[in-house]
Amino acid sequence: MLDLLTSGLHGWGPQLLSGTAMTIAVALSSFLLGLAFGAAGAAAKLSDSLVLRGLAELYTTAVRGVPELLVIYLLFFGGSGMIMAVAGIFGYSGYVELNAFSIGVAAVGLISGAYSTEVIRGAVKSVPYGQIEAARACGMGRWRILRRVLVPQTLRFALPGLGNVWQLTLKDTALISVTALAEIMRVAHTAAGSTRQSFLFYSVAALLYLALTTVSTTAFQRAERYASRGVRRA
Amino acid sequence: MNWTVMWDSLPRLAAALPLTLQLVTMALAAGAVLAFATALLRLSGNRVAVALTSTYSFVFRGTPLLVQIFLIYYGLSQLEFVRDSFLWPVLSQPMWCAILALALNTGAYTSEILRGAIETVPQGQVEAARACGMSRVRMFRRIVLPVAVRQMLPAYGNEVILMVKASSLASTITMMEITGVARRMIAQTFAVMEIFIVAGILYLLINFIATRLIRHAEWRMTPYLRARA
Repeated sequence: MLDLLTSGLHGWGPQLLSGTAMTIAVALSSFLLGLAFGAAGAAAKLSDSLVLRGLAELYTTAVRGVPELLVIYLLFFGGSGMIMAVAGIFGYSGYVELNAFSIGVAAVGLISGAYSTEVIRGAVKSVPYGQIEAARACGMGRWRILRRVLVPQTLRFALPGLGNVWQLTLKDTALISVTALAEIMRVAHTAAGSTRQSFLFYSVAALLYLALTTVSTTAFQRAERYASRGVRRA
Repeated sequence: MNWTVMWDSLPRLAAALPLTLQLVTMALAAGAVLAFATALLRLSGNRVAVALTSTYSFVFRGTPLLVQIFLIYYGLSQLEFVRDSFLWPVLSQPMWCAILALALNTGAYTSEILRGAIETVPQGQVEAARACGMSRVRMFRRIVLPVAVRQMLPAYGNEVILMVKASSLASTITMMEITGVARRMIAQTFAVMEIFIVAGILYLLINFIATRLIRHAEWRMTPYLRARA
């Protein structure tokens, strides 16, 4: 297998392997960034503040209703300008250029975060309210309730949904190839262009993605089994 | 924010709207037929049919749509027998390649939605239909399918939205639909935010109308849930 990758694919094996590593790196970083956005978004949606709720609603509606490619173009062409505008407020007037990796992670993370928001919000709401009352009756403070009661159970409820978000995120990373970041799709595109073997290289790309999604499905199934080890089953 | 740029970009972006709608509706129509056939074969119990349909749905749900589009548009044109076949006039057109890829993709997802819905049809209803002496086909047509379609509508609504968004990928194979036009205008004017907002609003509008239509269909199909006057 490794031999085929190194010598068989017209010498493009190593690049495809490092492209796969890049895809995994982008997907992981975006997913984690998305979890942070998701936690913040869910907190905003569940808060009492009308402004926060409105902003979070705007975020999830806009990002989930607009094509991913358009969001990527927005950050790819407009990202540096936005950063410079923000830096300008703080008195920095130099030129800021973002590399393809951070633009990609920011874009896919933004998209992933909108979906995570909904998953996390649903999971928080499925923690029975009685448990929070019970924790309060035991004299726990807000933070302790969050840490000991809310977060552990939210994670368990959110796991299946987050598994879906991860799959979406992983597949969305393919779109970053338009920014010339050397992930699987970009390498396959370049290889296909230089060898005129498009069918071969896009098939290899498809197989690599299939391998990644299959491995992650198994990993999430295991994680779910682990997270619900204390739960009685019918 | 430059309002004149936004206002001026509207007609050009709106002119690309019909192409987006055309891609989406044709892909959804072909995808629905495909999903229907796939779900039936999957539930048929025939070993070969089950293996084939599960592979189809596994492959198309496990890979990014961009790979599927490139594989069909660039990949197939590399193969000699495809270029010599009668399908070449169709497969050499980016429009048909985009529709084919979108249809195969949504077909895989929709078949899973439909299969799930068919499996949730209560066994009692099936038994009742059988007790009334219905044949398998009639039972499927009169009992199982209507109940399943009603059941699947909310999930299908999400799939429609995903398809509207997915149609933007056709721009990567030269189709000038909304995203393709937006990209070109961004490169020409550098008014990134303005054009993003106008294009985004167009997509949100399509999705809003699509959700409304699905919700209306759901309302039509569930008269027994409505409050009686």
